Amino acid sequence: MNSANSNAVRIDLGRHSLRDANASLQGRNGSGESGYFRVVNPGGAHAIACGLDAPVEVDIMGHAGYFCAGMNKLARIRVAGNAGQGIAENMMSGLVRVEGDVSQCAGATAHGGLLVVGGNAAARCGISLKGGDIVVKGNVGHMSMFMAQAGRLVVLGDAGDSLGDSIYEARIYVRGGIGTLGADCVEKPVESIHLAELRKLLDQAGCEDVDAGDFRRFGSGRNLYNFKAENLDDY
Amino acid sequence: MTGENWSLRESSTFDRNSIDYIRNAAATGLYRIRGFGAKRRVPNFDDLLMKGASMSRYPLEGYRERCGTDVVLGARHASKPVKLKIPVTIAGMSFGSLSANAKEALGRGASEAGTSTTTGDGGMTGEEREHSKTLVYQYLPSRYGMNPDDLRRADAIEVVVGQGAKPGGGGMLLGQKITSRVAEMRCLPEGIDQRSACRHPDWTGPDDLAIKILELREITGWEKPIYVKCGAARPYYDTALSIKAGADVVVIDGMQGGTAATQEVFIEHVGQPTLVAVKEAVQALCDFGMHRKVQLVVGGGIRSGADVAKALALGADAVSIGTAALVAIGDQDPALDDEYRKLGSAPGFWEDYQDGSDPAGITTQDPELSSRLDPILAGRKLANYLRVLAMEAQTLARACGKSHVHNLEPDDMVALTVEAAAMAGVPLAGTNWIPGKEAG
Repeated sequence: MNSANSNAVRIDLGRHSLRDANASLQGRNGSGESGYFRVVNPGGAHAIACGLDAPVEVDIMGHAGYFCAGMNKLARIRVAGNAGQGIAENMMSGLVRVEGDVSQCAGATAHGGLLVVGGNAAARCGISLKGGDIVVKGNVGHMSMFMAQAGRLVVLGDAGDSLGDSIYEARIYVRGGIGTLGADCVEKPVESIHLAELRKLLDQAGCEDVDAGDFRRFGSGRNLYNFKAENLDDY
Repeated sequence: MTGENWSLRESSTFDRNSIDYIRNAAATGLYRIRGFGAKRRVPNFDDLLMKGASMSRYPLEGYRERCGTDVVLGARHASKPVKLKIPVTIAGMSFGSLSANAKEALGRGASEAGTSTTTGDGGMTGEEREHSKTLVYQYLPSRYGMNPDDLRRADAIEVVVGQGAKPGGGGMLLGQKITSRVAEMRCLPEGIDQRSACRHPDWTGPDDLAIKILELREITGWEKPIYVKCGAARPYYDTALSIKAGADVVVIDGMQGGTAATQEVFIEHVGQPTLVAVKEAVQALCDFGMHRKVQLVVGGGIRSGADVAKALALGADAVSIGTAALVAIGDQDPALDDEYRKLGSAPGFWEDYQDGSDPAGITTQDPELSSRLDPILAGRKLANYLRVLAMEAQTLARACGKSHVHNLEPDDMVALTVEAAAMAGVPLAGTNWIPGKEAG
């Protein structure tokens, strides 16, 4: 992503409304021809760069609030700061990269695309994930990947309690420590196919120097897929 | 009572249903999950009567003097509000719980009658969009099948917080209904019991919801009305908080609302009757100066044009129907008597929507059963039924001297029971007494 592209359309959220800014980013007001945008003075505003549906590049020069890059399709979005709750929620495709920390529910329900968090992610990272990928270079909070259905979470740091609770077919890779595993989340062997996909994800996230062999893999024990009264203690 | 009958005396506490319940729980170790909706009797619209008109109010001439039924939903913030010919909408029911033919029939019927239908858990199908002139897209906690393209293809967005059959509960689609198509739409393996979350994954509470609504508006260019749907848990506060969060339309679903699959204990024991839901929701709208600015849609046990008129008289802008719409397209058909009996039930009693064995081809994913439902014919039946509801509501409104169904008011009604008077906030017939309301 070229954050210093001289052709970038400059959008100043200190001067323009969020509605105008998103209309520009979404190409609804005909101002997106260059395909490069630089959003300055974001001021923690909510819903910045949500609903993009084109292969544009967006640099957000500061902190973003809730639901930044929500439902992203195709776009490559960089947040040069921290991001609030639900960054890249329900992303369909594209790339969202946050240089700082992110609040809870990062990448929630994402169907596709890649979310890269340079710092830490709070609770429920990857909740209900449906096929997207998330790489967190720091730690993730509790209940991460709760009910995650498909997709992958890679954590270079530590994972909090109840990791992968009620997980379906999503996969989790953690390099650091684990608090506790959630209901029906179990450790699984790392095989060559997993090393290969992990290597690819790390490279896409800019972690070429990280050894894929240092990670443990977690996924579903598949014991809660059909309701059984004898599993009462797990419900 | 003679002596020989003592041994056949039924207990009021441990009646046959209670004993069956205990025996079944003991035999299986499972609680009952079923569809349909609450079967217990609760105070309802039958406990209210319309007064009509005589000397103190003048009626309108039936078939001659106009009585409007149109409704506009969502003009508070949306640049393209939903405009309906009749104040009866089709409630959200998912593809997955219903067959594709059933969804198509609902779309055809609603469109023919000039009203909207609604998606459900699992996303929007092409058939549904194609056959629904006005389609409300549900934004649910599970986010199954949720994608921004469908969001933009919808005419309105309904953020679902809960539903009347199970306020506070998530969903359950049992494995036998998770076919390959349903599984693909929901990103899940085939054949598993699919749980739908009871809380949204990325927001909690009204302050977060306000930001979520902002995001939905930004993504859809501020065109589409945003509904917020709640089960009737605490209708006054739920409505107030929905208004505060920025809803264009509040949908409140009473405990008589239907379900595809929910625990029996939830269906029968959680939530409040629709009468309560309407009164409290309207009170909240009035207290915040938003009545008729934020529209109110009420669901849960609506069956007839009388129910529609009474809900509107209490202050609703429209109603929604689910179970009644399924009956209109063929559920509980007496012509299927033999097949219902093979399933241990009978027309008028069948409730196993969760099972996938629906002989009418509505609440099933079985290809053979689904093919029994002709979506064109079923759609016509639904349109007929919807027209009857609208005409009956018009008839009652004219009888009360109203030139539009929205001009009906609580003063047009009396309650037959103390309970209904208290719940609906209209006086007990023959008195000016509304229990719970101080005489002024």
